[in-house]
Amino acid sequence: MSDSEKTLPLDGWHRGRGARMVPFADYQMPIQYEGIIAEHKWTRASAGLFDVSHMGQLIVAGAEAEKGLEGLLPADLAILKEGRLKYSLLLDLEGGIIDDLMVTRRGDHFYLVVNGATKEGDIAHLEERLPRGAVLDHMKEQALLALQGPKAVDALARLVPGVEALTFMQGALFELGGAKAWISRSGYTGEDGFEISIQARDAEAAADLLAAQPEIRPIGLGARDSLRLEAGLPLYGHDLDRSTTPVEAGLTFALSKRRRAEGGFPGWHRIARELAEGPTRKRVGLAIEGRQPVREGAAMVDAAGKEVGKVTSGGFSPCLEAPIAMAYVPLAYAVEGTRISLASRGKIFTGIVSPMPFVPHRYQRKGAAE
Amino acid sequence: MSVYYTKEHEWVAVEGDGATVGVSDFAQGQLGDVVFVEVPEAGRAVTKGGEAAVVESVKAASDVYSPVSGTVTEGNQAVVDEPSLVNTDPEGEGWFFKLILSDEGELAGLMNADQYKAYCESL
Repeated sequence: MSDSEKTLPLDGWHRGRGARMVPFADYQMPIQYEGIIAEHKWTRASAGLFDVSHMGQLIVAGAEAEKGLEGLLPADLAILKEGRLKYSLLLDLEGGIIDDLMVTRRGDHFYLVVNGATKEGDIAHLEERLPRGAVLDHMKEQALLALQGPKAVDALARLVPGVEALTFMQGALFELGGAKAWISRSGYTGEDGFEISIQARDAEAAADLLAAQPEIRPIGLGARDSLRLEAGLPLYGHDLDRSTTPVEAGLTFALSKRRRAEGGFPGWHRIARELAEGPTRKRVGLAIEGRQPVREGAAMVDAAGKEVGKVTSGGFSPCLEAPIAMAYVPLAYAVEGTRISLASRGKIFTGIVSPMPFVPHRYQRKGAAE
Repeated sequence: MSVYYTKEHEWVAVEGDGATVGVSDFAQGQLGDVVFVEVPEAGRAVTKGGEAAVVESVKAASDVYSPVSGTVTEGNQAVVDEPSLVNTDPEGEGWFFKLILSDEGELAGLMNADQYKAYCESL
């Protein structure tokens, strides 16, 4: 293990449960326990416990926190209600995506969860640009667990009465095993589920308590990736980066109505133009013919063999038992049912542009019937 | 029958001038759930250390190298149809291909089971 591979609060807990640890985002992280396919299917059928403590948990407080963040994000924070989450994007001046994140209004401050691999850069970006009246705090002693799957609510409500009243993209403060826990109904698998922010010192006891529930098994990063791919959710550093814009990435839901009209966030001019005229390329889902997966980096080629697009995520869908992928393709090809050619491992594969999610989301939205 | 192993985690079981090739139990454990296998067709010439087959898990693709040179007599259609055989029986039903050896002298550079076990423990 190199010095750059730091350990997380649950490092020993994962090893004790037989996880295979790999370096990820500067940390040693569990890639799998019993196997990716088994863990994937368990999460879709019951409930999986994920350690995502590598992610950055930030607080932005102060009188100018709302205005300051609105200057960097395309979200309408003025209408964000107490305890509500909003998916948003840190944007650069050209509309490129610096990171994707969740922002929650929590009392007198905003709580942000950013990606692990990008958190140091995000913090520097925010500190440099937030006004004097906004103060950033990186919660370094905070762990983050995700509990995902159709039985997550039953299992968690047994330990945290009242948590079942949360709806998708809503959070509140609870107690889990006597420790304070900020719990939101959110996640990265397409399933109903929760994300649980607790102090690092309470993380092992919380993980023990959760894993002792019959519905819950610990799940590694491998299945987290295959689950989010089936759910059509982009992964920063792969499907999103500074060369992609929110419009190209199909993330226009993150561009709040008032902000689209008023602007005032980085990259607005390019984004407004792409909204009006359409982008030159788009992120699409692909069903790959045959059984062999096409991986990240494979080129989309035209009839002349010229590279015109790129696969940004690709793998095998355990639920569909077929290879699936995400790719950026020229706008003319971004139509459901279009067949495109992909060059990978010295062969040409056929991808069919397919609607995402590949596997339906099962979020518990407010007002939705059970 | 003698079984030999490579540092790239292939095994080759030799009987006379014929041999069967697959990936080791250690290799399947490292790969994780295998979802795709491509094997060479009968008649194809393979060389020691050259690409001969492909194995893909949920996470990644890997080449399988031939431990010895020779001519392929059969690719295992069963493992193509049911790639998980590589996980459940890697050194049995999960074999990849059979071949006729062209140079039995190449076997001298391979590891036996005990040497391979020690090699895996050193990784």
